[in-house]
Amino acid sequence: MATVVQVQNLRKVYGSVVAVDGISFEVQEGEIFGMVGPNGAGKTTTIECIEGLRIPDSGSISVLGLDPQRDGYELRERIGVQLQESALPHRLKVGEAIDLFASFYRRSLPRKERDELLEFLGLADRRKVPFAKLSGGQKQRLFIALALINDPDIVFLDELTTGLDPQGRRAMWDMIRGIRERGKTVFLTTHFMEEAERLCDRVLIIDHGKIVALDSPENLIRNLGAETRVVFTVDGAIPAEKLQAVEGVRRVEQIGERVIVYGEGDALVGNVVNALTASGIRFRDLRTEQPTLEDVFLALTGREMRD
Amino acid sequence: MRGWGKLIITEFKLYLREPTAAFFTLAFPLMMLFLFGSIYGNKPTPLFGGYGTVDVSVPAYTAMIIGSVSLLGIPVVIATFREKGILRRFRATPLRPQAILVSRIVVDFGMSLLGMALLVIAGKAVYNLRFEGNIFYVALAFALSALSFFSAGFLIASLAPTTRVAQTVGMVLFYPMLFLSGAAIPLEILPENIRRISNLLPLTYVVKLLKGMWFGESWGKHLVETAILAGILIVSTAISSRVFRWE
Repeated sequence: MATVVQVQNLRKVYGSVVAVDGISFEVQEGEIFGMVGPNGAGKTTTIECIEGLRIPDSGSISVLGLDPQRDGYELRERIGVQLQESALPHRLKVGEAIDLFASFYRRSLPRKERDELLEFLGLADRRKVPFAKLSGGQKQRLFIALALINDPDIVFLDELTTGLDPQGRRAMWDMIRGIRERGKTVFLTTHFMEEAERLCDRVLIIDHGKIVALDSPENLIRNLGAETRVVFTVDGAIPAEKLQAVEGVRRVEQIGERVIVYGEGDALVGNVVNALTASGIRFRDLRTEQPTLEDVFLALTGREMRD
Repeated sequence: MRGWGKLIITEFKLYLREPTAAFFTLAFPLMMLFLFGSIYGNKPTPLFGGYGTVDVSVPAYTAMIIGSVSLLGIPVVIATFREKGILRRFRATPLRPQAILVSRIVVDFGMSLLGMALLVIAGKAVYNLRFEGNIFYVALAFALSALSFFSAGFLIASLAPTTRVAQTVGMVLFYPMLFLSGAAIPLEILPENIRRISNLLPLTYVVKLLKGMWFGESWGKHLVETAILAGILIVSTAISSRVFRWE
C-alpha cells in the first residue's frame, strides 16, 4: 500500500494558542483514517493544513506527492473536501450545485455517474430543491456529493456527523464505507469515539495538539489491557471458586442476583458460560461489556471525552 | 478559466431569484419612470435646460441602479458568502479566486446594464425619449461609474466584520445619496444649500457624468467627475486587495 498523506512535525499557532504541536503521521492508500479528539484538540487545523486551506507555521506535508501550499490548485483537483463549516448560496438548487462544482474540475464524474452519486446519497429526488430548504442531513450528503464530484483519490471529511441524530449517523457510516469500497482513501475527523471505533481502520487520538495514540481501534483497546466484563443474573448463590478457576477470569463479584466476572481474552465469555452450564447453574440476562476507545482516551489522557 | 462560464451563468440565475435585488435593479426604476412620466410627461422645460422629465430621469435612474447594486447588493452578497462559509467551500476547489470576483462584476454589470436598457426602451416607447449623445461615450461613462461604485461595494464587504455591518454601512451610504445626489430627485429642483451637500456625495458625480454624456456634452467638461470616480476605483481596489478576507 502506498502512502498518500505524509505529515512531519506539523505545527500551527494562533496567537498564544498552540493548535497543533509538532505532529507526524502517515495515511495509507485505501484506508479509513480517523482523527479523534475533543473539540479544540487540533483536528480541523490539521486537516485544513493538509487540504492547503491553512498555512502551517512549520513542518512539512505531502499529499499524493504534492505540497499543499505550492501545488494547491493541482492538489485540489485530486482531493475531495467536506468542511466542518460551510454553506452554499441559499437559493442554489442541488442539481445546480452539482453541475457548478463539477465545472470547476479538469476531470469530473460524467452525467450518468453524477446521477448514480445522487442516488447513492439519497438526493436523487432533491435535485430541484434549493440549499436552504434541505434538512441538516441532506446538506451534509450534498457536501459529500460535492466532495466526490471530481472522483478524488482522497476524501477529507471534517466532523461529518456532528448535528445528525443517531440514525442519520449510522446511515452516514454506511455511506463512508461505501466510499472506501469505491477505492478512495478516507481521512475523517470526529469527536465521537464510537464513530471512530466502528468506522476507522486506524485512529489517531489527538489532544492539546499532540498525538496521544495511533493504531487500529482493536489494537488500541487490546493494548490498554482493560478487562472485559461478563455480567449476568442468577437465582441464589454461585460457586465463586469454580468461576475463579476458569481460564482468563481475574475476579468475580456478586451483588444480590447480579454477578460480574472480570477477565480478559477473547474466549472469556465462552469459558464462563461453559463453567456455569457444567455446574448446572441457571443464569439470565447475560451480556459482556468490552472496553471502548472511550476507555482508551480516559486511560491515556486522564480525562473523559466530552461532546 | 475552467468553471468561470458556469459560475457566471449560475450567479445570474441566483440574482434573478433574489426578489429584493431584482426589484431594485429592474422593476423599481421603471416604476419611478412611469410614475413621474405620467405626472409630468416629457415636455421640454427650461428647468431641465430644454429637456423633459423623462429625458433627465433615464440617466439619473441609471445612476440610482448603479448605486443600489453597489451599496445594497455587493456588500451583503460578499459578506454573506464569507460569513456562511460559501467562499471557503469555493476555495476548497481548484477554482481560481479571481473567478469569484470576475463573475460578481460581470453579473452586477450585466444586471445594471439590463436595468438601464429597460429604462431606455420604456422611455423610447412611451415618452419619446431624447438622446443627443455618443453611444460610445455613454457606455464609457457607464462603465467607469459602475466599476468605481462596485469597487466601493467590495471595499465595504472587505472591511465589514459581519454581514449586518456590511448591510448597515451600505444603506447608510445609499439612502442619503439616493435623495440628495440627483439620482431620484433632479438636482435642479433642490435648494442651493442642499446642493452644496450633493457635491460631497460620490453618486452626484455619476449622475452628472451620465447626464452630460447623454445629452452630448464634451468629455472635457466632466474631468472632475472622471477624476473623482477613477480615484474611488483606484483607492477602493488597492485597499480591498490588501484587506479582503476569505473567512
